[in-house]
Amino acid sequence: MGFTRRGVLSAALGGATALATGYRPAFAQGAPIKVGILHSLSGTMAISETTLKDVMLMLIEQQNAKGGLLGRKLEPVVVDPASNWPLFAEKARELISKEKVSSVFGCWTSVSRKSVLPVFKELNNILFYPVQYEGEESERNVFYTGAAPNQQAIPAVDYLMSKDGGEAKRWVLAGTDYVYPRTTNKILEAYLISKGVAPADIMINYTPFGHSDWQTIVSDIKKFGSAGKKTAVVSTINGDANVPFYKELGNQGIKATDIPVVAFSVGEEELAGIDTKPLLGHLAAWNYFQSVKDPANDAFIKAWKAYKKSDKAVTNDPMEAHVIGFNMWVKAVEKVGTVDIDKVIDALPGITAPNLTGGVSTMLANHHITKPVLIGEVRADGQFDVVWKTSGLVPGDAWTDHLPGSKDLEADWVTLKCGNYNTVLKKCG
Amino acid sequence: MPFAPLLRSFMLCCLVVLSALALAATQAQAQAQTPAAMPAQGERLAAGLERFKADSFADTEAAVAAIAAAGSAQGVAILSALADRRLFAGAAGVFYRDAAGQAFDALTGQPATIPADAAMVRLNNRLRNVVQAALGTMTLLSPDPAQRVRAAEAVFRSRDASALVTIEAALTSEQNPRVRRAFEEARAAILLASADAPEELLIAAARRIAEAGDNDAISLLRQFAGQTTGGLKAVIDQGIVSIEQAQRIRAWGQTLWFGISLGSVLLLAAIGLAITFGVMGVINMAHGEMVMIGAYVTFVVQELFRNHAPHLLDWSLPLAIPLAFITAGLVGIAIERGVIRFLYGRPLETLLATFGISLVLQQAIRTWFGPTNREVSAPSYMAGSFEFVGLQITYGRLWIVVFTLCVFAALLLVLKATPLGLQMRAVTQNRRMASAMGIRTRFVDAMTFGLGSGIAGVAGVALSQIDNVSPNLGQSYIIDSFMVVVFGGVGNLWGTLVAAFTLGIANKLLEPFAGAVLGKIIILVLLILFIQKRPRGLFALKGRAVEQ
Amino acid sequence: MLTARFFRMIEGRGLVFLGIMALVALLVPLCNLYVPPGNPFHVSNGTVVLLGKYLCYAMFAVALDLVWGYCGILSLGHGAFFALGGYAMGMYLMRQIGTRGVYAHPVLPDFMVFLNYKDLPLTWWGFQHFPYAMLMVVLVPGLLAFVFGWLAFRSRVTGVYLSIMTQALTYALWLSFFRNDMGFGGNNGLTDFKDILGFNVQAQGTRAGLFIITCMALALTFIIARMIVASTYGKVLVAIRDGESRTRFLGYRVEHHKLLVWVVSAMMAGVAGALYVPQVGIINPSEFHPANSIEAVVWVALGGRGTLVGAALGAVVVNWLKTVFTTGWLAPYWLFALGGLFVLVTLAMPKGLIGVWEDVRARLANRKAIADAKASGAGSSDVRSPGPQVPR
Repeated sequence: MGFTRRGVLSAALGGATALATGYRPAFAQGAPIKVGILHSLSGTMAISETTLKDVMLMLIEQQNAKGGLLGRKLEPVVVDPASNWPLFAEKARELISKEKVSSVFGCWTSVSRKSVLPVFKELNNILFYPVQYEGEESERNVFYTGAAPNQQAIPAVDYLMSKDGGEAKRWVLAGTDYVYPRTTNKILEAYLISKGVAPADIMINYTPFGHSDWQTIVSDIKKFGSAGKKTAVVSTINGDANVPFYKELGNQGIKATDIPVVAFSVGEEELAGIDTKPLLGHLAAWNYFQSVKDPANDAFIKAWKAYKKSDKAVTNDPMEAHVIGFNMWVKAVEKVGTVDIDKVIDALPGITAPNLTGGVSTMLANHHITKPVLIGEVRADGQFDVVWKTSGLVPGDAWTDHLPGSKDLEADWVTLKCGNYNTVLKKCG
Repeated sequence: MPFAPLLRSFMLCCLVVLSALALAATQAQAQAQTPAAMPAQGERLAAGLERFKADSFADTEAAVAAIAAAGSAQGVAILSALADRRLFAGAAGVFYRDAAGQAFDALTGQPATIPADAAMVRLNNRLRNVVQAALGTMTLLSPDPAQRVRAAEAVFRSRDASALVTIEAALTSEQNPRVRRAFEEARAAILLASADAPEELLIAAARRIAEAGDNDAISLLRQFAGQTTGGLKAVIDQGIVSIEQAQRIRAWGQTLWFGISLGSVLLLAAIGLAITFGVMGVINMAHGEMVMIGAYVTFVVQELFRNHAPHLLDWSLPLAIPLAFITAGLVGIAIERGVIRFLYGRPLETLLATFGISLVLQQAIRTWFGPTNREVSAPSYMAGSFEFVGLQITYGRLWIVVFTLCVFAALLLVLKATPLGLQMRAVTQNRRMASAMGIRTRFVDAMTFGLGSGIAGVAGVALSQIDNVSPNLGQSYIIDSFMVVVFGGVGNLWGTLVAAFTLGIANKLLEPFAGAVLGKIIILVLLILFIQKRPRGLFALKGRAVEQ
Repeated sequence: MLTARFFRMIEGRGLVFLGIMALVALLVPLCNLYVPPGNPFHVSNGTVVLLGKYLCYAMFAVALDLVWGYCGILSLGHGAFFALGGYAMGMYLMRQIGTRGVYAHPVLPDFMVFLNYKDLPLTWWGFQHFPYAMLMVVLVPGLLAFVFGWLAFRSRVTGVYLSIMTQALTYALWLSFFRNDMGFGGNNGLTDFKDILGFNVQAQGTRAGLFIITCMALALTFIIARMIVASTYGKVLVAIRDGESRTRFLGYRVEHHKLLVWVVSAMMAGVAGALYVPQVGIINPSEFHPANSIEAVVWVALGGRGTLVGAALGAVVVNWLKTVFTTGWLAPYWLFALGGLFVLVTLAMPKGLIGVWEDVRARLANRKAIADAKASGAGSSDVRSPGPQVPR
C-alpha cells in the first residue's frame, strides 16, 4: 500500500518539478526526458561501475547545457543495484515502469545484463551496454556499445602472431571462471587451431573471482613457456584478481620481452591500482586508450578531469562506449523527434557518432557498433602506448564464426527483424 | 675412449687460439684504420640516428642495427637510453638522458637541452629484444662484471654469431667465475645455434647447456631437439631428461614453499582474530575491515612519502607498520567501547553487530578513498626474486613469511611476558576472579580488542604488497581467517600457527591436481568433516572453561 | 473443538498475520488485474513482483526463525537451502524453454550449447517434469540439511562453531556453483525463463497467480511453524535452546530433535527459493554468498527473534528499505543504512520490532491500569508488564 502513496507523492513532486521547469526559458516545453543509470555504486562491482555513472551524469549535464534534447531537459535517474543481480532486475523494472525513463545506460557484468534482459523485453525499453563481452547475443532492446570478441580478442591474437607481436607459437589462455572468459577462450582456441597451432601448445586455466594466490599458476606459465617456442599469455582475468596476478608476474620475473601478457579486462582504471614498473611492455587490447592523441579525446579528458575536479582522473574504454552510445541515442531521438521507444529502436541502426580515437562509429543492424581495435603497451605512468591499430573500423559480430553452434546464426534487426536468424534453416530462432 | 675428451679439448683449444688470433687481427686492423674510420663512423651513426625520427618500428630497428654496426663511443649509451625509454627524437636531432637525468646530444655526445618537440622513441617487445641483443654484443667487454653477465645473458638469448669471436677472446682472460660461466653458456648457445659447427663442439655445447639446468637451458635444448640427429640428439635428449628430472624434484620444494607462503598470509590474516575470537570469544566480523584499514594506512603513508620525500619511499613500509597498528587498534577500541561491551556473553548478537560495522566501514572507505584500487608499490628490497637451491623465491613473499613469524613471536611475548598479557589471560580465564584481584577488566577488554585489531592492521600492511588495496580487501580474508582459527582450536595461538600452515600447504598440494577452485572446495569440505570429528579444533583447550 | 485448538495454537498475533496475508492475497491481484491503471487503487505489475519477492524472503525468514528463535541454532548458511530450492525450480524453468533458446537446441539450455556440452548432464535429468522438480525443491535442501545436521549435531558442534561451519558450507557451495564445470550455468546462473506449467511467466495473470501461491505458501509455512512450536516437541526445542546439556541430561535425544527441525526449516527455505525464482527471473550463485545468509539473520533479529511473525515483518521491512535506499540521492548510502541497522537492532532493540511494539502496548496498558486504579481509589499500582519472553 505504501507504494501507491509513494507513487502519488512522487507524481505530485514530479508535477511540482514540471511546474518549476516551466518557468525556465531554456526548456520551454514539456516535462524533462528521464534517462536511467543502472550501475552499482556499492558492493564488489562499485570499483568499476561508479565512474560510468559519473560519466553519464557529465554527459547529461553537457547535453542540458546545449539546450537539452527536443527542447526538453534531460533528467538522470540514478539507482544503485548494489552488485546484486536480482536487484538489477528489480531496479530496471523500477526505472522503466515507475520512473518512466526513455532509455537506460547500465550494467557491467554479463550476469547483470542477463538479469535485466527479460525486464527490458517485457516492458519494452532501451539498454545501452558499454562493456566488452562474450557476444552470442543480440536483442531488440539492447544496444551493445562495447566490443564483441571479434573486436578485441581475435585482433589481439593476430597481433601476437605477427612479426611485430613476437610471432607467438605457444599460448596460455588464463581467465576468471565465468562466461566471458569461457566463451572468449573457446573462440580463441578454435581460432588458434584453425591457424595451425597444435592443441598441446595451448594451455587453458580458470581461476575464481578475486583469486589472490597466483604463485602456482604463474610458475606453471613460466614452465609452459620453456618449451623453446615463443609463448604469449592471453588474459581474461577479471577485476580484483588482476592486481595480485601482475604483482606475482613482476616478482617471478616474467618480462614482457620473454612472455608477453595481453589483457582484455585491464584498462587505465585498473592500472591505477598497480605499481606498473614491473609490467612495462605487457599489453592490453581495447577500442580506446586515454593516451590516444585526438582532439575529441583531448576535449573529453579535459571535461572529465574538470568534472571530477581531479587532475588524476583517468578515462577508459567503457567510458568511451557510453559517450558513443549516448551520442547515438541523442541523434536517434533528434532524428525521429520523439523518445518513443519503438521509433528510437528502429532509428538507431545506421546512426553514426564520432568515437574518441578519430573515427566515426556506426550502429549496425545487429545492434553492435563499428570500432577500431588498438593494442597498447603498459607505460610507467599507468597509461598505454598504442603499438598497433587496425587500419579501419571493425564491425561487431554478435555471433562468432569460430564456434559450431553460432556460425550459422545472424542478427539483423533492420531487414530480418531477428536476433538469431539461422542462415541454414532459413528461419528465426 | 679417453681419447675423445682429449680430442675435444684439443679442438676447443684450437678454436680459442684461432679466434684469439682473429680478434687480435681485427683489433690491429681497427687500429690501423682509426684515422680514416672516424668520419665514416660518425656518418654511419648520423644515418642511424636519422631513422629514429620516423617513429616507425621498422625504421627504429634499422637505426638500432646501424648504431650497433657503427661502433661509436656513445652507441652503448644511446641504446641503453633507448631500452630505458630515455631516448628522444625530434626535428632538431636525437637526444638522450643518462641514468642520472642529464641530457646529451646523441650525435656529438655533448651535453644539450632536449627541445620540446622531441618525442620519446617507442619500442615494442620484439624491438626490445633486438636492442638487448645489440647491447649484449656491444657490452661483452664492459669493465663492470654485472654488466658483462647481463651482456652474456643477452647473447645467450640472441645467439648472435658475431659475438662469438669477442666471447672467445674474453674467455681467455676472464677471471670472474660468474662471468666465466655466463660466457661459456653464451658460447655454447651460439655454437648450438650455428648448425655448421663440428659435431664434437656441438655435443660439448649441449652438455654445457644441460649443466646450466635452468628454464632457459631446457627451453634452448627443446628448441634444437627436433632439428638434430645421431649423437647430438642423444645428448640433447639426455640433457632434457635430466633437467626435467631435477625440475620435478624442485617442483615439490617449490610447492612446499608456495604452501608456506600462503600459510603465512593466512596466519597473518587470522592471527588478530585468534586474539579477538580465540582469546576473548568475540566473533568479530569486522576483522577483515581492520586488515583493510591497515592497508589504507600503508597507502596514505606511501602517498605522503611520494609527494614529500620520494627518496625515502623505501622507508614507508616500516613506518606504516606502527601507524597501521595504532590506527586499526584505535578503531578496534572504539568498536569495543561503543558496541561490543554491551554484548558480552551474547556471541551471536556480537556477530551481527560487527557484521554491520564491517559494512559501514567498507562503504566509508569507499566514500572517502573512492571505490577503485589504490596503488601501493613494493619497496626495492621486496621486488624481484632470487634462486635458492634451484627454488625461485620472491623477496616479497620471503619478507612476508619472516614478518609473519616476527609478529607471531611478538604476540606470544606480549601475552606471556608482559603484565598486560597476564591480565588478559586472567580475564579470559575467569573474569570475576580477575576483577576481584583488582584487575580493571573493562580496560583489559578494550586493550585486548585493540591488540587484536592492531595486529589485523599490521597484517594489512603486508597484504597490501600482494593484494588489492580496495574496500573489498577485508571480505576476501574473513572466512578463511575464521576457518584457520576454528581449525587450530580456539584460544590457542600455536594451534592457529599450525592450522594456517597446514591449510596453506594442503591447498597448494591440491592445486596442481584439482585446480585452484576445486582445491579450495575440497579443503572446505574436509574442514567441515574434521570439525565434526574434533569439534574444538586441532588443539582444544581442556577444562571447564570450554563448556559455556 | 478443533478450530478452537487451532486458534489457540496460532495465537492472536498469528491470527492478525494470517488475516493480513489473506487480505493481501486477495486485494493485490484484484487491484492489479481489475482496477485500471491510473486509478489510485491500481497496483502496478512492478509492485506485484516486488511484493512477491518480499513475501518469499518473509517465508525464508520464518524458516530461519524456526531454528534460530526456537532451537538456538544460528545458521549463517541458510541461504544455501534457499538457493538450492531456487536452482531446482530454475532447472525446471530452463527445461521448459525447449527450442525457444537462442540456439534452438531441443534439449540443452543455451549455456550448455556454447560450452560445447554434447549431452544433458545427469543432474539435469527429469527436471522437465514439474512434479519431479518440485520433489527436488524440498528433497535436495532437506537431504543436504540432513547430512550436515546429522554429522554436526551428533558430534555436538554447537553455538558459534556451528554458525561458522554453516558459513563454510554455503561458501563451499558458492564456490562450486561458480564453476562452469558444475553444469549449472556458472556465474550467470539460470535466466530468461519462458513458461511455468504452460503459462507465460511474464504474463500478468501468471504473476498474480504466483503471488497468490506465495501468500498461501507463506501462510502454510507459518501455520506449520506455529504447530511445531506450540506442540510438546516445540517445548523441547525451547528447552534445548535455553539449556542444551540440561535437556540432554533429562533424557531427551537432543540431536534428533534438532535434526528434525533443522531439516524442516531447510525444506521451507527451499520452497521459498523455488517461489522466488520465477518471480525474480534469475537464479545464480550469488544467492549462496555468505553475506546474504547473514543479512537474512538480521531480518529475523529486526522483526523479533522467536516470534515468527516478527521474522516475516523484518524481512519485508528491510527489503522495502533496500528498495527505497537504492534509488536517487540515497543510492550511495544503502550499506550505511544496512550496517547501522545491524548495530541498532542488536544494541537497542534486542527483542526486535515486535518486542518494541509489545513494550509500548504493555506500558500503555500499565499506565491505563494505574489510571484506572487511581480513579477507583485503590492504592495498588503493582501492575506488571507481561513482557514478551524473548530469549537472549
